[in-house]
Amino acid sequence: MKKIFLVAEREILQKIRTPSFIIMTLLTPLLIAGFVGLIIYLTQTEKTEQKVWVVDESKLFEGRLQPDDYTTFSYTQKKLPDAVREFSDKGYTCILWIAPNIVEGGDGAVKIIYKKSPGLAFQTYLKNQLEKILYEEKLRANQIDPMVIHNAKQKVQVIMEKVDKYGNAKDQTQFQLLGFFMGFLMFMFITVYGMMVFRSVLEEKTNRIVEIIISSIKPFQLLAGKILGVAVLGIGQFLVMAGISALLMMLMVQFLLKDTLAEYEIFKAQTEMVMKTGATQNLDKLEKFHDKLETFQVLDKLKNIDVAEVLAAFLLYFLGGYLLYSALIAAIASAVDNESDSQQFLMPVMLPLFVAYFSLVRAMENPDASSIVWFSYIPFTSPVIMMSRITSGIPFWEVLMSLVLLFAAIILVLMLAAKIYRTGILMYGQKVTWKTIFQWVFKN
Amino acid sequence: MILQIQHIHKRFHNHVALRDVSFGIPEGVVFGLLGPNGAGKTTLIRIITRIFMPDEGQILFRGKPHADEYVARIGYLPEERGLYRKMEVYEHAVYLGMLKGLNRGKAKEKVEYWMKRWEMMPWKKKKIQELSKGMQQKVQIMASLLHEPELLILDEPFSGFDPVNAALLKEEIINLKNSGTTILFSSHNMNNVEEICDEIVLINKSEKVLEGKVREIQHAHFENTFDFEFEGNVMGFTNALWSGGEVLFSSQIGNRNTVRVRLSPGVELNDVIGSVLPVCRLKEIRQVLPSLHDIFLKTVTGKDKAISSITQTE
Repeated sequence: MKKIFLVAEREILQKIRTPSFIIMTLLTPLLIAGFVGLIIYLTQTEKTEQKVWVVDESKLFEGRLQPDDYTTFSYTQKKLPDAVREFSDKGYTCILWIAPNIVEGGDGAVKIIYKKSPGLAFQTYLKNQLEKILYEEKLRANQIDPMVIHNAKQKVQVIMEKVDKYGNAKDQTQFQLLGFFMGFLMFMFITVYGMMVFRSVLEEKTNRIVEIIISSIKPFQLLAGKILGVAVLGIGQFLVMAGISALLMMLMVQFLLKDTLAEYEIFKAQTEMVMKTGATQNLDKLEKFHDKLETFQVLDKLKNIDVAEVLAAFLLYFLGGYLLYSALIAAIASAVDNESDSQQFLMPVMLPLFVAYFSLVRAMENPDASSIVWFSYIPFTSPVIMMSRITSGIPFWEVLMSLVLLFAAIILVLMLAAKIYRTGILMYGQKVTWKTIFQWVFKN
Repeated sequence: MILQIQHIHKRFHNHVALRDVSFGIPEGVVFGLLGPNGAGKTTLIRIITRIFMPDEGQILFRGKPHADEYVARIGYLPEERGLYRKMEVYEHAVYLGMLKGLNRGKAKEKVEYWMKRWEMMPWKKKKIQELSKGMQQKVQIMASLLHEPELLILDEPFSGFDPVNAALLKEEIINLKNSGTTILFSSHNMNNVEEICDEIVLINKSEKVLEGKVREIQHAHFENTFDFEFEGNVMGFTNALWSGGEVLFSSQIGNRNTVRVRLSPGVELNDVIGSVLPVCRLKEIRQVLPSLHDIFLKTVTGKDKAISSITQTE
């Protein structure tokens, strides 16, 4: 055991000291956080400050457009060509032109004239306002009080609630995108660390240090130490990366989403109030959050994720998947003389992992499809697929069963791999085929 | 006997590597395991270091059946040897010492001892890949000595060594022998081994063909061959010799001739001296022992080619 740890220690220290490993560990969270941040940024900051000069030829809207934090309106009687000439000199960012016959509808009845694009959010904001004013105007023209219509509207919110087979409600909203992401992450980790074992074994074989080492320790100790070392490295790297990513994203959310989060809290409080009192008079307060509803739902789902459970599952399945594949990969690396010979052996071994990877999209769309359920039990695909299913909340016994199967398979595969490794590691210059590999397994 | 090899058989799936090989290695000797390439030397060494298990037969280490725990008392320099290219010299050597069972402190102490002794301290922090081949070889030899093995096994130690390191290795082998270490080394090149080997075993085509003390083997294969050094005419010498022996070769420096003669069966040295004395002035007569190389070739090919070199004089 001491010698296994010694081998593992060397494996870890050698890798940790390489600059590329350190850079990868630090850069990946930055990239992830940066990517997420970019998405948030793009959805958030489309609104820039707009000073709008309104040329309203219909005379319907004067004084009725509602300014907000970003947008102010001033009205002018100037003709459009004059306004276009003057607006930027007067400090306006754009002109809102409304045709005299807007009530009759038709294309091109409203124009925004600008030098610097005010963005999509601004366009939507204006559109909503104009539509609302026109709607009220037309109701009035037909002698209808807009408030009557407004009060007749009833909001209905649909809440998704999944129950297990005992009928107990599980407050776990499906969050498929996270499942896809976790499955993908698992695939990446198993591949990256499997390949690390591959290179390490092949290096020892090609530079011929292996015989010096196995005259001191058993080949199995070398194999076990190596796999263990890379596993510790992988889990450590994952925790560091996850930690940094979480920290960065938390900072970013605080920084970029501060307003949204505040609004979310208000929305939550008010929804609760409405639910509690059954009152309808507060509904209009909820109304103004209408366009934010989707964002709030995502936040709801995120809050419902059991981080500890997902993390524990990831570590267990990573350990399992990694052990399974790295043992096979190590056996193959020991059997070949160089990297190019290894392709024909690596392909079939890695195939199930790729099948799992390509099934991820299906797993995301329908985590309870029968093929996906099967994949989540089969040891060679279960780490990726189960990881993706697990975020949608599945019964504990399913997870337990797939884990038991996985670790049973690991024991078998390790025994097999150790036999191939023991023979292969000292075999040079021989044309190795699947047949010879099977001979090593069954003859010794 | 530090090691007794008893009736070892080893088969690989398409050929027999060792067939009923038995011999013993006494304490404190330099023991040569000789034979052409592919004879089974490395396989036997791998069985001794327990990398392979024999199909039949057993090995006794100091009289007890060989076990993993005894491997820690063996030092091994394989024929195919390498090092981790990216590791630093010092930490690499310490790592190999610890793999052999030394604790970290002891391993460091030993590495420093050898690095100082072989003047390698300036390379301490260098990466293996920055070293010359000769330097790497020094690190490898050092690694096999760190745990003060009772038996040191060197597989083809001189192959690939530059003359300076080969000399250093020879010197170190003698030193180790004097301090009580038993050394087993294999070689397909006989020229290196005569001067440092006490005993040898010769393996050919998976089987042991010859064993014993170097000097005894040479005497056993002595073929009544002598070098005659004299002043006078070589033709005259040859004529006077007549049927008393066969001239294998002759050379001349100034007026001094050296003629190597293999005496005919039943002919005594005295008879030959008697017949050549009238035609030349004898200066020196030397017994020529066959070289291991010649014995090797003769044993392996069954042909007599013992004409090549003067190796032993008495």
